[in-house]
Amino acid sequence: MMNPENYLILAAILFSIGAVGVLVRRNALVAFMCVELMLNATNIVLVAGSHIHGGLDGQVATFFVMVVAAAEVVVGLAIIVSIFKTRRSTSVDDANLLKL
Amino acid sequence: MNPAMVPLVTGAEVTFWIAAPIAILGALGLVFARRAVYAALGMAVSMISLAVLYASMDAPFLAMIQVIVYTGAVMMMFLFVLMMVGVDTPDSVVETLKGQRFLAILAGIGAAALLVFAVGGAVVNPPVTTIEANAARGGNVEGLAELLFGRYVFVFELTSALLISGAVGAMLLAHHQRVTPKKRQREMAADRMAAYRTSGEHPGPLPNSGVYAHTNAIGAPALLPDGSVAEKSLSQTLILRGASLDAPALAKVTNETFAAIEAVADDDEDEE
Repeated sequence: MMNPENYLILAAILFSIGAVGVLVRRNALVAFMCVELMLNATNIVLVAGSHIHGGLDGQVATFFVMVVAAAEVVVGLAIIVSIFKTRRSTSVDDANLLKL
Repeated sequence: MNPAMVPLVTGAEVTFWIAAPIAILGALGLVFARRAVYAALGMAVSMISLAVLYASMDAPFLAMIQVIVYTGAVMMMFLFVLMMVGVDTPDSVVETLKGQRFLAILAGIGAAALLVFAVGGAVVNPPVTTIEANAARGGNVEGLAELLFGRYVFVFELTSALLISGAVGAMLLAHHQRVTPKKRQREMAADRMAAYRTSGEHPGPLPNSGVYAHTNAIGAPALLPDGSVAEKSLSQTLILRGASLDAPALAKVTNETFAAIEAVADDDEDEE
């Protein structure tokens, strides 16, 4: 069997790329997609964990992560759309009403 | 290692070394593409290669779910919103916080190193795989179903509450209140008649576009009886885009043809 650490390293790389994307990108939609990438990276860890330990619980956990991600995307996109309606912009820099 | 398992395992390894670089390339495309649509494309590539990886890890159900839910539903939703909020605005490259990008990339590399060495180093490598777990319950889908509707049935029921609140929340957030009452057919007819009374504007439908010998395209304006162009026969959008055609030039062919026919008719009359 191939080294399961490879999957974990891949997940770590994808998670880090997603984290950098959230920090670097200004477009709220792209930042949101980067959050989705981070969620996907954790999913690989769960599936790889279930693969390593010979159980199916990791896959069930991945299933629930996917369900939560779908619900989260719906609400998040609705928030982005409503911000766009009032401010005509999806840049995270433009939503600065809470700034002093 | 079980010799019967060797081809499958090497298959998984080959799949990993093909799909993992593609997933990373897609993720890099997501971060570095200036246009949001290209970023979404990179995201889709990454997700599909993750589905391939799931399939190689004996999780066919999750691979299908990944394709259907993520690349199907979630990415479609992202693309819908992307189309709604304007595709053509590239991301600004101006740094609002000084040195933030450099520090972010540094933090990303640090997080990767931490995850790889701290989490990855703690993993032992027992020679079991999901194959036995799948086989013990008669297949991957059956096994997952047994867990979902058995041990995790309460969590599963909770997700339904989550999905309902998600749907209701999205409706609440995306719903917008009307500031003015919606105009119905009766009000619109009254408006038209009021315009006719005050400015003499024709209350009937607008004239349709022109029909010429060579074209009846929507951009060809109709001509009035005196030969001038009927401005109202063209959509305002087409005029603004500069897509309107030159009506007198189109009518020239027709006029020339009529003249030629009349000349022939005159010749015939002369011969008789």
